[in-house]
Amino acid sequence: MTKGKYGEFGGQYIPETLMNEIINLENSYDFYKNDEKFKTELDFLLKNYANRPSLLYFAKNMTKDLNGAKVYLKREDLNHTGSHKINNVLGQVLLAKYMGKTRVIAETGAGQHGVATATAAALLGLECVVFMGEEDIKRQALNVYRMELLGAKVQSVKTGTGTLKDAVSEAMREWSKRVDDTLYVLGSVMGPHPYPMIVRDFQSIISKEAREEILLMENKLPHSVIACVGGGSNAMGMFYNFIPDKEVELIGCEAAGLGVDTDKHAASITKGSIGIFHGMKSIFCQDEYGQIAPVYSISAGLDYPGIGPEHAYLAQTKRAKYVPVKDDEAVYAFEYLAKTEGIICAIESAHAVYVGMEKAKSLNPDESIIICLSGRGDKDVKAIAKYKGREIHD
Amino acid sequence: MTNSYFDNNVFNKGKAFIPFITAGYPTLEDTERFILKMEEAGADLIEIGIPFSDPIAEGPVIQHASTMALKAGTTLDKIFDMVKKVREKSQVPLVFMTYINPIFKYGCEKFYAKCNELNIRGTILPDVPFEEKKEFEDVAKLYDVDIISLVTPASNNRIRKIAEASRGFIYVVSSMGVTGTRDEITTDLGAIDEIIRKTTITKTAIGFGINTLAQAKEISKHSDGIIVGSAIIKIIDKYGSNSDEQIFDFVQSMKKAINS
Repeated sequence: MTKGKYGEFGGQYIPETLMNEIINLENSYDFYKNDEKFKTELDFLLKNYANRPSLLYFAKNMTKDLNGAKVYLKREDLNHTGSHKINNVLGQVLLAKYMGKTRVIAETGAGQHGVATATAAALLGLECVVFMGEEDIKRQALNVYRMELLGAKVQSVKTGTGTLKDAVSEAMREWSKRVDDTLYVLGSVMGPHPYPMIVRDFQSIISKEAREEILLMENKLPHSVIACVGGGSNAMGMFYNFIPDKEVELIGCEAAGLGVDTDKHAASITKGSIGIFHGMKSIFCQDEYGQIAPVYSISAGLDYPGIGPEHAYLAQTKRAKYVPVKDDEAVYAFEYLAKTEGIICAIESAHAVYVGMEKAKSLNPDESIIICLSGRGDKDVKAIAKYKGREIHD
Repeated sequence: MTNSYFDNNVFNKGKAFIPFITAGYPTLEDTERFILKMEEAGADLIEIGIPFSDPIAEGPVIQHASTMALKAGTTLDKIFDMVKKVREKSQVPLVFMTYINPIFKYGCEKFYAKCNELNIRGTILPDVPFEEKKEFEDVAKLYDVDIISLVTPASNNRIRKIAEASRGFIYVVSSMGVTGTRDEITTDLGAIDEIIRKTTITKTAIGFGINTLAQAKEISKHSDGIIVGSAIIKIIDKYGSNSDEQIFDFVQSMKKAINS
């Protein structure tokens, strides 16, 4: 009877108030994903608005320097709004419009999903409210102003730890108050079914393109595909079309913060356990009594105590592996990529870059790896400077 | 389906009044005393909230009480110890209201066995809808504990199937959104009540947003009982550990109002 399961993970653990609307969303998605008009319009927006397909860039300098496998970067940072988040929101906000909704709400951590949702809402003429933890509002002030410029209202969330998980909770609470005209545009492959499926489908364009691109350039599949994971949307998008290619190693990079042996991390798979939260059965950082643990990462986008259910399943079945990356390692990779390739990536993506660097070194030159650069790093520059002991004043 | 425990012990003294209290707010010693006060004042069933770190169906009042209770070191094991002390003095009907993760993590079997031992006969789980309840209900049934079904203003075509499968009693959510007191409740509760009545003999209680005596009296026309949470937590916000008399007066006047 239970829908949307990935092995034992997934499901629909949400209040009864939202059930009919979730069913409505699923039915609408099932209908429109095969509707020619919807598909044509979405395809047009992805190409002519979001700048797809994104480049699969051969990182020549990195490859030479690391002296191992060829390094390719999937440049989601070059999308409009600067991250992979636009892929999903164009799909969901367009779906909202086709469903007859006039208002969208969203949660955001780093602000990337919030900015993307505000952008799509501005383009398609829907009202937009973004929920953001008050800690994240401080960390990502620039993105807050961006959302406001785009006509969205940013709602500060003061409950709990004032971060991404609290923003998700508050968006769910808001949605349960007002479902008739509102769609909750979820930013990651998490939450109740059908969200993990919808977001994965919209993000799977990353691996659809990357798989074609690498075959064209290398004439064989990559040895490894690497992406960072918070909730896990860029990773799910980056992995999805490679899942049937058993020989391709899939690596998700979790935020280890100050280290997984401290209490300052957000490494759900490495340190968490099975639980039920935010609508899904998955793996969460929690205490022995099932209270959700406060998590930490230098990256506001990976600062979430759980992971999408399909990732939990890929981890359990060992189809993908998940490794922790600490703040200092991510910052090292952030600087390395800037100096070596002239690319300032998001601090989230830098977690994947770090693992990619280690991986490339361990492989032969006839192999290749793909690292997903999920976003660009303009938003992080000030925080990284501060991390390095330098205050930048506006 | 009829359930003799709730019919015979809760809904057998006129319209039932069901107060809610967050366990461990401000302390578990207070909760134990408040429960006994509520019984003394005429509460027919007491809903004990097991605090959860991220309660997605709660408004600010109960969120705050949950956070404070957890900060004070409240755990499920300590709550069971508190209920055990209550049971040494009283057999007042009790149910737990909580989110599924604390139960899942504790171990469903272990949790419901403990409920059985303490004569707790129901659990209200706002994040377990009809579609997901089987996993937990199969275990709960073994220990004579009911999973109380919720019906909301957005349930519409789902009301019948939820009512048909209901056990214990049906919790009718008065309004959209989260818990918390409201000045006005505009849902057509009569219409929901009518569908339920045509479907099942399971008793109903309406909750979410009920604040004043007049509201409770009006709304109780459409159910067998009334549930009040945030209004009680607000009393505790104000009087803290010294809320005993205030809680007693509130519960007594509510019970009287819905039966006058």
